[in-house]
Amino acid sequence: MVPLSYYLVLSGFLFACGVVAFLIKRNIITIFMSIELMLNGVNLSFVAFAAHWHALAGQVFVFFVMVVAAAEAAVGLAIIIAVYRTRETLNIDQVNLLKL
Amino acid sequence: MNVHLILFLAFGVVCVAGAINLLAQTHPINSALSLIAVMAALAGEYLLLGAEFVAAVQVIVYAGAIMVLFVFTIMLLNAGVEERTQGSRVAILFGVPGMLLGSILMAWVVLRHSGTESVAVGALPGDPKTIGQLLFHEFLLPFEITSVLILIAIMGAVVLAGKPAVNKPASSPQLSPEKRVN
Repeated sequence: MVPLSYYLVLSGFLFACGVVAFLIKRNIITIFMSIELMLNGVNLSFVAFAAHWHALAGQVFVFFVMVVAAAEAAVGLAIIIAVYRTRETLNIDQVNLLKL
Repeated sequence: MNVHLILFLAFGVVCVAGAINLLAQTHPINSALSLIAVMAALAGEYLLLGAEFVAAVQVIVYAGAIMVLFVFTIMLLNAGVEERTQGSRVAILFGVPGMLLGSILMAWVVLRHSGTESVAVGALPGDPKTIGQLLFHEFLLPFEITSVLILIAIMGAVVLAGKPAVNKPASSPQLSPEKRVN
């Protein structure tokens, strides 16, 4: 038997790691991966709360988060490819304009 | 120390190590591989919570499809080792102690003030049949809306990553097939 709080601490740690990686990484793709890490941390707390409150809706929300993550990954990576075509760099410091 | 706790700790250590490795590595491909390890270990945690279908989808969709997309992009763009800049050094200097402080505070609050009720193995039946019934009855409208979202995302990805409109005329030598044959 594992207390619910252990799951919450693990999910909070994953989310915090994602935030730190988002802030200190300088490669666009790695920054994008840290967003996925944050989404995974949130998913873990969704499933843990679903098991704790006996509400299966929590597990359904995980699917919606996964769908949004997949859509975001597809569009985001396409944007990264478009940026790389025009800028020829993946460093976030050199991508400082909203236009291509 | 029962088996459940030991399994939780084993998967949790893999998760934490993978997340820290994602931070520490400088090459994107190493970060991607450690993220795959995190996702696989999270699937194990879902199994411990009784969410079998979520665990399977986590491995297939997240660790499979999405991460393959990431690795493919890293390979396609030939991403190299990232260089550290002034901004990221300042972020490390202030961000890491801040994150440690925040995590310790949050862990203390959660461990102290949440109840001690435990979550049993397989506490909730998360089998595909139950999930599917819920998804197609109660959550039918959000489910249909996500299909529209996916469609828009596909079109957006094709438009963004497709060939940019070249300024060259259409009769350029690279584009005409009869010249390519010769």
